Amino acid sequence: MKIHKYDTVIVGAGGAGMRAAIESTKRSRTAVLTKLYPTRSHTGAAQGGMAAALANVEEDNWEWHTFDTIKGGDYLVDQDAAEILAKEAIDAVLDLEKMGLPFNRTPDGTIDQRRFGGHSRNHGEAPVRRSCYAADRTGHMILQTLYQNCVKEGVEFFNEFYVLDQLITEVDGVKTSAGVVAYELATGEIHVFQAKAVIYASGGTGKFFKVTSNAHTLTGDGQAAVYRRGLPLEDMEFFQFHPTGIWRMGILLTEGARGEGGILRNKDGERFMEKYAPVMKDLASRDVVSRSIYTEIREGRGCGPEGDHVYLDLTHLPPEQLDAKLPDITEFARTYLGIEPYTDPIPIQPTAHYAMGGIPTNVQGEVLADNTTVVPGLYAAGEVACVSVHGANRLGTNSLLDINVFGRRAGIAAAQYSATVDHVELPEDPASLVVSQIERLRSSTGGERVADIRRELQETMDANVMVFRTEQTIKTAVEKIAELRERYLNVSVQDKGKRFNTDLLEAVELGNLLDLAEVMAVSALARKESRGGHYREDYPNRDDVNFMRHTMAYREVGDDGTESIRLDYKPVVQTRYQPMERKY
Amino acid sequence: MATPTLDKADAAGTPEPGFADSPYITATFRIRRFNPEVSAEAVWEDFQLEIDPKERVLDALHKIKWDHDGTLTFRRSCAHGICGSDAMRINGKNRLACKTLIKDINPAKPITVEPIKGLTVLKDLVVDMEPFFQAYRDVMPFLITKETNEPTRERLQTAEDRERFDDTTKCILCAACTSSCPVFWNDGQYFGPAAIVNAHRFIFDSRDDAGEQRLEILNDKDGVWRCRTTFNCTDACPRGIEVTKAIQEVKRALITRRF
Ligand SMILES: Cc1cc2nc3c(=O)[nH]c(=O)nc-3n(C[C@H](O)[C@H](O)[C@H](O)COP(=O)(O)OP(=O)(O)OC[C@H]3O[C@@H](n4cnc5c(N)ncnc54)[C@H](O)[C@@H]3O)c2cc1C
Ligand code: SF4
Ligand code: FES
Repeated sequence: MKIHKYDTVIVGAGGAGMRAAIESTKRSRTAVLTKLYPTRSHTGAAQGGMAAALANVEEDNWEWHTFDTIKGGDYLVDQDAAEILAKEAIDAVLDLEKMGLPFNRTPDGTIDQRRFGGHSRNHGEAPVRRSCYAADRTGHMILQTLYQNCVKEGVEFFNEFYVLDQLITEVDGVKTSAGVVAYELATGEIHVFQAKAVIYASGGTGKFFKVTSNAHTLTGDGQAAVYRRGLPLEDMEFFQFHPTGIWRMGILLTEGARGEGGILRNKDGERFMEKYAPVMKDLASRDVVSRSIYTEIREGRGCGPEGDHVYLDLTHLPPEQLDAKLPDITEFARTYLGIEPYTDPIPIQPTAHYAMGGIPTNVQGEVLADNTTVVPGLYAAGEVACVSVHGANRLGTNSLLDINVFGRRAGIAAAQYSATVDHVELPEDPASLVVSQIERLRSSTGGERVADIRRELQETMDANVMVFRTEQTIKTAVEKIAELRERYLNVSVQDKGKRFNTDLLEAVELGNLLDLAEVMAVSALARKESRGGHYREDYPNRDDVNFMRHTMAYREVGDDGTESIRLDYKPVVQTRYQPMERKY
Repeated sequence: MATPTLDKADAAGTPEPGFADSPYITATFRIRRFNPEVSAEAVWEDFQLEIDPKERVLDALHKIKWDHDGTLTFRRSCAHGICGSDAMRINGKNRLACKTLIKDINPAKPITVEPIKGLTVLKDLVVDMEPFFQAYRDVMPFLITKETNEPTRERLQTAEDRERFDDTTKCILCAACTSSCPVFWNDGQYFGPAAIVNAHRFIFDSRDDAGEQRLEILNDKDGVWRCRTTFNCTDACPRGIEVTKAIQEVKRALITRRF
């Protein structure tokens, strides 16, 4: 075991982690621990764009953006945070441009902007051009630009280091962050990083679903690490299902395709979104469009022999426009489906896409231990966190924005904090939990296989807690997850070695997915209403009286060692916007 | 040699691409295995799978790892050609495993899968990427401007100026190009195509002021003049970047000092 000492440790090198690192490296001795090489992070997969009311191509302002974000989030958004997001968006985009990001340009040479779902002029009047973009590889350009600037600033990376545990020390009765424990992939060695401040920026947790746009590596490691240490997870029942994933594969086809004029059609060729969202049509918010697609499928208007998908039709758009604006996604259709989007519609279905919930933080990125108390020295930003700017449903282009705005804020706040305090003492035998976890998995002779349990988990989640949920389906999921957790205790790995033991780490990741799936299902069961991404067929309406509040899920361990989940609730911060019915 | 066979029931976990009528075939994957904890020698190992030919080579590797041999080791993340993790030599050519469909590489014969060349193999298909990233860092891959006062708004750039370096912004640093280059195989000191591509991305960006410096770096004996224009890199690039053309443009800029 090796011990390292830093002022600030950042867990993750996606957009949020690197944006934080650029700030914190300038102000404090910083280490970035990342399980992937930075440029492999899933921010690079983001396509469509990043929202900011620059008003470069038409009238726009940050107040309209704030309103859209709150409405899009079905009023579960903390309104003070949404206002910060929308206001700071403008500088966030300009900062990236100054760092070198090659945005698409208008004829005047300014940053070009395009339409995106749920973004409107003047509180819902009509779609507005607010998304700043670089073709359909905006996330790629953000990730590259941030990495380039990390190289410039000399950010210190520990690549292929898996953070597996959060260290907490009680200081005068207050839970305080002391550092993290990481596993080095290349050698199997365990490292303890003592740090005054830790920032989690470890991304989402989509891999508990089968059809997903998320990378294999998005397994919620950060959420699981803090949750296991008794800290809460907020709003985990809210997961976004993006309307246009490639049929069965889940690979994303950006909403930008509809922003450019693409149309969803059922088997009769009907533009069915006109029925469900007369104003915004194909550009209504994602939860609305995903439900509409499944309604079409259920009512027998799905396409293909099994009627299990619909079409994204781009054939009426000029090939030059597709080449210039959507080169990557048209290539996905050619590579993976053998379909030519110039002439043929693309089969699509909703795909599990984005975790609205996560580690609760305030607007400085400080992690909360309960509804109000901050954990000194602990920060989170990006998809791993829940500020909450996305509420019950995130608007497209607001996440690339979130990682930049709150990544930057967390980086500054953490570095400033670490400049004012000393290291707190490490807990005794700090690596013990990780050592025993690794040893148990490596030496187990149990008969269960990681791949089997993961498959069953993913199938259960797709079948029971996806776009439509009921008490019955969620209970089925809860029971199945409990069974899988039991079986997980008997999991064994074939690779017993130290070097690059990805077999072992997949087992660890599966443990995280199981924990988080359970939190999601239990939180969903208790929320007896429909709001944003959480749709209960048995409670189809939003219930502001009982449920306009955030779920806070805590792991409890009884005296006999049994684990359970305790749910609590946190009020939504409301400033100037009264909840209204959401229509698009 | 182990030759486990997968049956269809086992195939449930990985999504089948969108063809309801596609028949399964039996394909042999011949994989270059190396694990210094076990043996100092690399060996070939065959795996036989029943697989839908419209699946990716990455799906096949997952089937082997998940259902037969958990020790098989490779990097991957996004599974759709955007993160650059899984460049490998498939049937002797550098490709991304997640962007290569089995039907496109003649599954009638054994499909060979080996690590990319020119970088030290650490285990199975995993190579040491550090020298590759070092060459990248050496070309100063970040925007450098001379202006003393930062503009308050964005810098302006015409659509044509933006287009000038569009191709080289697509790079995902997968190393398929560099590790297909015979010059790089013979001499690991050569910067290699990927570093030159990333230098090109800034040299031809109208907002950048450090083109001269980068050209000097590439004027080095291990720089751009080592390129022998074999086009291996352009053929290998999974992002369709015209790598050789970018290298030629850098060479021309070194001669004319215009860019
Ligand atoms: C296909 C796709 C398209 C999208 N398009 C858009 C879009 O157009 N606009 C938009 O606003 N949003 C979009 N999103 C959402 C957005 O891209 C993501 O939410 C965002 O990029 C997440 O960034 P992040 O920095 O939080 O996490 P990531 O970029 O996922 O990075 C996570 C980092 O954490 C590290 N990590 C994870 N676990 C560990 C561990 N245990 N130890 C150490 N390190 C760890 C990883 O190595 C990685 O570096 C899209 C998402 C997807 C999947
Ligand atoms: S130029 Fe192409 S092949 Fe080379 S590293 Fe970049 S993406 Fe990979
Ligand atoms: S797994 Fe990301 S490029 Fe292949």
